[in-house]
Amino acid sequence: MLKHNILSIITWLPAIGAVILLAVFKKDQPGAVKKFATAWFGLAFLVSLVLLGYDRAAGGMQFLEDHEWIPVIGARYQMGVDGVAVLLIVLTTLLGLIASLSSWKYIEKREKEYYALLLLLQSAVVGVFGSMDLFLFYLFFEVGLVPMYFLIGIWGGENRLYAAIKFFLYTLVGSVVMLLGVIKMYFLTADPALTSKVTAGAWGILAGNTEASALVAHSVQQAQVHGTGTFNIIYMQAIGSVMPMGSMQVLLFFAFALGFAIKVPMFPFHTWLPDAHVEAPTAGSVILAGILLKLGTYGFYRFSLPMFPAASADESYFGAFGVRSVMILLAIISIIYGALAAMYFVVKRDGDVKKLVAYSSVSSMGIVMLGLFALNPNGVNGAVMQMINHGIYSGALFLLVGIIYERRHTRSVAEFGGLSHVMPGYAAVFLAMAMTAIGLPLLCVFISEFLSLRGAYEANPLWAGWAALGIILNAAYMLWLYQRMFFGNIENPKNEKLSDLSGREWAYMLPLVVLSLWIGVYPKPFLAYIEKPVNAVVKQVRPDYPIPPPTVPQRAAKTP
Amino acid sequence: MFLLLQNTFQFSMSDMQLIAPELILTAGACIALVMEVILPYKKSKVTAYFALSVILLAAISLGLLWKSNPGGQALDGFYGMLRIDGFALVFKAIFLLAAGLAIAISTKFLDIEREQHGEYYALVLFATVGMMFLASGYDLISLYISLELMALTFYVLVAFTKREKRSNEAAMKYFLLGAFSSGILLYGMSLLYGVAGSTNLGEIGRAVGEIVTNYSRPDIDPAAATLRPILLLGMIALAAGLFFKISAVPFHMWAPDAYEGAPTSVTAFLSTGSKAASFALYARIFMVALAPMRIDWAPLLGLVAAITIVVGNWGAVTQENSKRLLAYSSISNAGYLLLALVAGNSQGYTGLVFYLLVYVLMNMGAFAVIISLRRRGIIGDNVDDMSGLAQKAPLVALMMAIFLLSLGGLPLTGGFMGKWYLLAGLFERGRTDGKSWYIWLAGWAAINIVVSFYYYIRFIKVMYLGDRIADDKPLSLSPALRTALVVSVIGVVILGVYPQPFISVTQRLLDPLITVAAPLALR
Repeated sequence: MLKHNILSIITWLPAIGAVILLAVFKKDQPGAVKKFATAWFGLAFLVSLVLLGYDRAAGGMQFLEDHEWIPVIGARYQMGVDGVAVLLIVLTTLLGLIASLSSWKYIEKREKEYYALLLLLQSAVVGVFGSMDLFLFYLFFEVGLVPMYFLIGIWGGENRLYAAIKFFLYTLVGSVVMLLGVIKMYFLTADPALTSKVTAGAWGILAGNTEASALVAHSVQQAQVHGTGTFNIIYMQAIGSVMPMGSMQVLLFFAFALGFAIKVPMFPFHTWLPDAHVEAPTAGSVILAGILLKLGTYGFYRFSLPMFPAASADESYFGAFGVRSVMILLAIISIIYGALAAMYFVVKRDGDVKKLVAYSSVSSMGIVMLGLFALNPNGVNGAVMQMINHGIYSGALFLLVGIIYERRHTRSVAEFGGLSHVMPGYAAVFLAMAMTAIGLPLLCVFISEFLSLRGAYEANPLWAGWAALGIILNAAYMLWLYQRMFFGNIENPKNEKLSDLSGREWAYMLPLVVLSLWIGVYPKPFLAYIEKPVNAVVKQVRPDYPIPPPTVPQRAAKTP
Repeated sequence: MFLLLQNTFQFSMSDMQLIAPELILTAGACIALVMEVILPYKKSKVTAYFALSVILLAAISLGLLWKSNPGGQALDGFYGMLRIDGFALVFKAIFLLAAGLAIAISTKFLDIEREQHGEYYALVLFATVGMMFLASGYDLISLYISLELMALTFYVLVAFTKREKRSNEAAMKYFLLGAFSSGILLYGMSLLYGVAGSTNLGEIGRAVGEIVTNYSRPDIDPAAATLRPILLLGMIALAAGLFFKISAVPFHMWAPDAYEGAPTSVTAFLSTGSKAASFALYARIFMVALAPMRIDWAPLLGLVAAITIVVGNWGAVTQENSKRLLAYSSISNAGYLLLALVAGNSQGYTGLVFYLLVYVLMNMGAFAVIISLRRRGIIGDNVDDMSGLAQKAPLVALMMAIFLLSLGGLPLTGGFMGKWYLLAGLFERGRTDGKSWYIWLAGWAAINIVVSFYYYIRFIKVMYLGDRIADDKPLSLSPALRTALVVSVIGVVILGVYPQPFISVTQRLLDPLITVAAPLALR
């Protein structure tokens, strides 16, 4: 009944490319390797554009695939995406192409393995976004660690071994705790006390359309035939919505939340991030910041909120302090702490620009978390847009840092000054991206921060106030950084002969600048993808929240 | 007289069919011993291939046994001394696999050590016979004899490189502690026999069940109250003796020394085959004879498992010698396998069998890689000897990485599916018994996976991340070693990606066994 396999193609295409790369090419032909890999990334990107045909008016899960896989435990090979995942997958393939293009000069050893690992990483990440089966999701989620470990560990900076193992073990802690939650959820899907309460209507909200509902029904029925639980994500969310609020739900919430919070990373779990970023090669940082961090926030959006709605909206579990308040508090701390830490690296004499961008990511992802846990359509829409936008601008900033590092082999702020005289093109692109990061109107981050803060304000004006403080700090350090790097006279003679952006560098920077402008000026087509899925999630978490009618399908109802 | 003989003979024929694989192995082992005398020294390798074909024959006859009994129904033989059921069939298959791989990786190793003797292969076959009888033994006597058959051959095997001091020292330690633990085990068995009045596991199970149910009711059975403490003592003695055999804390100290000193190919066999056989024994005694005392031994085993996992992991973290490191890792894996017994339900049983199978494959594979690094005069068993292996021999390095990630339990490898079943079994048991400590135990085990990754990753770090290459001499691979590597890696990956066929066969075979634990609740 399900004829597409486009999601599988997008997921496995990079892995196939990696195998071809390893099998066909020889060690001593780096030129051919990078051209082939980049072409393959381009192909993957083009194929992924098919997903933009997602039916925005219908919403829900689309491009479904369903195959039997391990019936003894009820795991199925199920793939399907909603609008949010569509945007994230396209962002992933775009950043993959850019990352590969940006590594041509930067990577000077073991090129074959490098591009193969980049391709494998892309497979894992797309798999995470495209899975509709929790078992499959977990597989991709954890396997993705391995290529990233190698990327940091082989092609990283001075301290790469430490950073790589720290990244790996830190994220693994979250994964294994989540594994416990996965096992428990799996058993709950076969618990008669809960399954008897679940109706087809309960999963209809999140499935979004009849085809997806039928798929859920089919997997439940198959699970009954084999006498197992099911890993179907939508069904698990339905189970979660009938689970009574109590210690069990809160524990499960935190088991999943820990896994995701480490990936995001939220405030107390962020310490791996600066190390990993500073040591990773440029492309690694781009993928890490642009994509891998989204696995965390996407996890919150896809699992924590709809699967544990009572816990997510809880205000009173720890006395006056609810589960939601904990998440909000951590989000606000992340926003302000990230901004302050980033500022420290401008103030510091030999502050590392890459570390600054890394900490600004912590701050930015805090805004995503704040928007998500605002638990209203504006907040969640803003959060999802912020995921995309952060992918664009932080990816771009890491690329820019990488470009200057290739020329000067340093990232210390103090080494630069007056760069706008010798590298006007570079300065212009950097300015555009710095302004995006600040949230200047007409650039993409403005849209998402505005929506997130509006959502937060609707929930509690105080939260929005604190977050706004963080955003002001963001503007302060970004402007300061720009001033120190680009204005004034060239005082360091090493900077006098720097060449401006090359054609290849323009080629991968421009799409990001254009995207930033496009989303900033006219975000409607992007919002149209996420509006319905986001409303469904909000409806799942707070069934009685007044959701404004969707704007997209009404286009047909225009009066003449 | 004639009548009696004939009766015995008729009876034996059906019995003989039940032990056909063991008979083939025993005959093969005897022939191998003779071959060693007849063949010239240089030709000892012929014995290796002969032993491999004997194992293949045994596997075929085991396959016939399975075909005649696909549902794993219990067939008793030799007046209840042996029981061939699904459990025995599955375990025997694992032992044959382990023995086959062990022989395949031994030939090269013995060549390097210049200890190529035919009796090595005969000993491996005899050890396998012991393991196979352990899986099907249903009587304390037959179990003990098979255990000793296995243990004695292993004492000899550990000392096989007789010109090496370390090997002799390891064998001595292993022998003394092994004999000691056998004594404790025997003591436990005698207590059990004294209480139950029978050596048959089923009979013991019934007697123990009666004592446990009548314990608090002196009006029905006044003796029960006095017998219970003896039973407890017997249970603890049995558990302790078996802790030795599976190298669980606090009786794990022999393992690192014995593993390090023993010839690497023997270490591989010892850490997989012997461990799997001991677990078969453990499962038989505790799940059948002592099943009614579950409430007493489950917390004990759970506690020991929790401590074993930690001690094994933290011991491995600081090791520089890869054999020693894998010894500690095998201690921690023993802890994980104990979780299957603690769970003791359908998931746990599947987990036990599945994890042991994967463990055989991945551990054999890892040791095979270590052997391939070895050359005459160069031991090659330091972690650092693997530096730059990824550039010297990318495929071998990739295989080693897969074995290690599987040992850690990364998804898409068999190790993950094994750990999944172990943890799921605990969750299921926690739900059916309504006790939360099972779930905390699962959490504890899961968190420790992270620690184990720390030391498995160290191998990967030296193989891949460094730019230094230990040396550029080629690896010492032989066709047999290569085959063993490929079989292991394919097995590990298939069991990780598509475990369905294996699990469904296992569950069908184990189904008749799982009477106590209800399968996952259905709607």
